[in-house]
Amino acid sequence: MAYRVNAMICTCTNCISNGSLAVKDALEEEIKKLGLEEDVAVVPTGAGGLCVRGPILVVQPDGIFYEKLSPKDAPRLVEEHFLKGRPVQSLMHTPPGEEGPIPELRSIPFFKDQRLVALRNRGMIDPDKIDEYIARDGYKALAKALGAMTPQEVIDEVKASGLRGRGGAGFSTGRKWESRARMEGTPKYLVCNADEGDPGAFMDRSIIEADPHSIIEGMAIGAYAVGASHGYVYVRMEYPLAVERMGRAIEQAREYGLLGEDVFGSGFDFDLEIFRGAGAFVCGETTALVASIEGRAPEPRQRPPRTALWGKPTVINNVETWANVPAIVNWGAKWFADMGTEKSKGTKVFSVAGNIVNAGLVEVPMGITLREIVYDIGGGIPNGKKLKAVQTGGPSGGFIPASLLDLPVDFERLQEAGAIMGSGGMIVIDEDSCIVDVAKYFLAFTNDESCGKCTSCREGSEALYLILDRISKGQGQEGDVELLEELGEAVRDASLCGLGQSLPNPVLSAVTHFRDEFEAHIRDKVCPGGVCKALFQYEIDEAKCTRCGLCKKSCSYGAVEGERKSVHRVLAERCSKCGACYEVCPADAVVKVPVGKREALATTA
Amino acid sequence: MSKLKPGDLAAIAEKSRRTMLLREGTARAKVIVHMGTCGIAAGARNVMKAIAEEMETRDVQDVIVTISSCAGLCSREPMLTVELEDQPAVKYVDMTPEKAKRVFADHVLGGRIVTEYALAAGSERTL
Repeated sequence: MAYRVNAMICTCTNCISNGSLAVKDALEEEIKKLGLEEDVAVVPTGAGGLCVRGPILVVQPDGIFYEKLSPKDAPRLVEEHFLKGRPVQSLMHTPPGEEGPIPELRSIPFFKDQRLVALRNRGMIDPDKIDEYIARDGYKALAKALGAMTPQEVIDEVKASGLRGRGGAGFSTGRKWESRARMEGTPKYLVCNADEGDPGAFMDRSIIEADPHSIIEGMAIGAYAVGASHGYVYVRMEYPLAVERMGRAIEQAREYGLLGEDVFGSGFDFDLEIFRGAGAFVCGETTALVASIEGRAPEPRQRPPRTALWGKPTVINNVETWANVPAIVNWGAKWFADMGTEKSKGTKVFSVAGNIVNAGLVEVPMGITLREIVYDIGGGIPNGKKLKAVQTGGPSGGFIPASLLDLPVDFERLQEAGAIMGSGGMIVIDEDSCIVDVAKYFLAFTNDESCGKCTSCREGSEALYLILDRISKGQGQEGDVELLEELGEAVRDASLCGLGQSLPNPVLSAVTHFRDEFEAHIRDKVCPGGVCKALFQYEIDEAKCTRCGLCKKSCSYGAVEGERKSVHRVLAERCSKCGACYEVCPADAVVKVPVGKREALATTA
Repeated sequence: MSKLKPGDLAAIAEKSRRTMLLREGTARAKVIVHMGTCGIAAGARNVMKAIAEEMETRDVQDVIVTISSCAGLCSREPMLTVELEDQPAVKYVDMTPEKAKRVFADHVLGGRIVTEYALAAGSERTL
C-alpha cells in the first residue's frame, strides 16, 4: 500500500543525540490520534542533511525540510501539514521562494549521488584524535563483536553482507575469513594491503589519511572472527602522511586497550604494526607482499599453496575492505546488502582523475553508471571536449569507450566489457588523448615494475611496449594489431601472478575498442588525438596569424622564423614539438598537421 | 590511560561530540582545515598558518581550529569548513592565506558567509 505522505525522520547519531527518537514517537502518536496511520508513514533514515540542525524531518513527496524539531512541534506539524496539507513555515529550513545564500552541499552534483560508507568520516573528524572517531560510533562494532557475537556469527554477518574484496579481485570477504578460521596453525595473521601503486589511484591513501581507526577496527573485528593475533598494515613509504597517521592511530588504540592484550577486557588479544614497503608495484600481489614482510625479495610465487605469512594462515584484505567491516557489523548485513547490485553489494570508492572537471575521491553505490560518475559527479570534460574513454583499474585494467558509458559499476559487468573494477582508479580520457599513447604509458610502467621472475611477463611486457612504441612513431606494420593480440593473450595465459596476467589488459581492451585508432597510426600515419609527436608537424595558418610574434618568443629551439608584422613559419627540422607555440598563440593559428596526410596531399597535387 | 571497557565508549563519544558539534558552549565556531596529501600539496599548510596567525593576533579564544582529511573534491583544494553554532557547516574551496583571512574575519568572527569563495553548506550523505 502506498502512503500519501512519507515523513523521513533522520536517526543519525547527531539527530538522535538531539532527540530525534522522541520526535519520531511524538509524530507517530499524533498520527494515530488523528487516524492518519494509513496515509502517513514515519520512516527513520540515515543522515538526511544538515544534522547539526537536527532533529531533521524531510516530508516526501513535497521535499519539505524541517529542522530543530522537538516533540512539542508534533501536534501542529501533523495537523497542519499531514492533515490539512499546509507546511509549517516556521519549522522549515528555507521558506519557499527564498533561496539560501549558498547551495546545500547535498544538492550540488559532486556530492549528491555519493554515499559514504568506507569514507563515512572523511573531512569530518580529526584523524589524529581517537575520541572523534569514537564520537562517530567508532569501536562500537568491535565492542559488539567481542561482547555479543561469536566469531562464526561475525563471519556469517560479513558473508551475508555480500562484501567482496575491494582490491580488485572481488572475492567474497566472508568466505575468505571462513576458510582461514577453519585452518589449523597458530598464530594466524592479518594483513591490510595498502600497497597502492596504480598511477592515478589514491583511494587507499585517502582512506588511511582520513580515518585510520576505521581500518584498525575492521582488522580487530576480522582478527576476532578468524582467530588471528597479529596484523600488519603494509603501506608504502611514498605515503608519508598515511604512515604517520596510521602510526599515531595504532598508538592511541593501544593506549585505550583497543589493541594489545585483553581488548575491551574480553580476553581477546590482537596487535597491529605498520610494515613500510619500498614502493614496488608487484608488492600489491599477495605472495610478493608476504615475501616482502618476511624479508625476502618480493617475487610472486605460484598458487596454491595459499598465501601464508611465515607459513601460517593469513587473511589479506585491501584498505577499503577493512574500512567497510565496522559499518557492516554496526548496521547489519541487510543494510549493507540493500546497497548495490545483485552480485556487487555496498559502495565503491573511486579516485577520479584525468580530463575531468571535478577530480577527486568519490564513493558511490555499486550499480551507478559510469556516465553518472563522469558527467554528474565528475562534472564532465573540461573545455567542452568530448569523452574518448574511461580507463579503470590502472595498468591491470582496461579502456571503456564512451559508447559503453551506461555500464553499471559492478564486478561482473565491467569484466564483460573487458575492463576491471580494479581497486578504484578511474582515469578519464578526452578526444585530444591518444589511446596508443596511453596504452604505451601503462606498458612502460608494467615493464618497469615487472619483477622479472617469469619470462612471459618480463619479456612480454617489453615486446608489447616496443610494438606500441613503433606504432606511435609511425613505424607500425600491417599485422601489428594482430601481433599485440596474440602476444597479449600469451602473456596473460603464461604469467605467474596477477601483475603479468593483467598487464596486457590495457593493450587488449585498446585494440578491441579502438582498433581504428591503431589502424590510423599504422596505415595513415595519423594520430587522431594529435599526441604522437612523430606523426604531426606544427605549422602556422597564415590566414589566422596576427603577426604578433609570441610564438617566436616562446620557442626555445629557434624553430620559428619570421619578423614582426610578417607571417611566421615553423622550421620543421629544428622543431622539438614541445608545443610551447601551440599553447601560447592567442589566435589559434598554430596548428597540428598530420605528417601522413600532408604527404598524401603532396602526392595528389 | 586506562584500558577501555565497552561501556566507556558512550562517555567518550558524548564528551567529544560536545566540541565536534559545538554544543554546550565550549566554543562558538569551528574551523576545519582539510589536510590530506592533496590539500597539503595545494597549500593547506599556509592556509592553516594564516588562520593560526589570525587567532593569535586577534586573541580569539572561542574558536576551535582543527584539521581533517581530504573532503573529496581534490581539484578544489585547499578547502576549509567553517561551522558556527546552530548553523550548517560551510565549505570553502580554492583557499589561499589571503582568502582564508577574509573568511576568518567575515564569517568566523562576523557571521557573514563569504559567498564568492563558498562552495556549499551542509554535510555529505553517510551510511
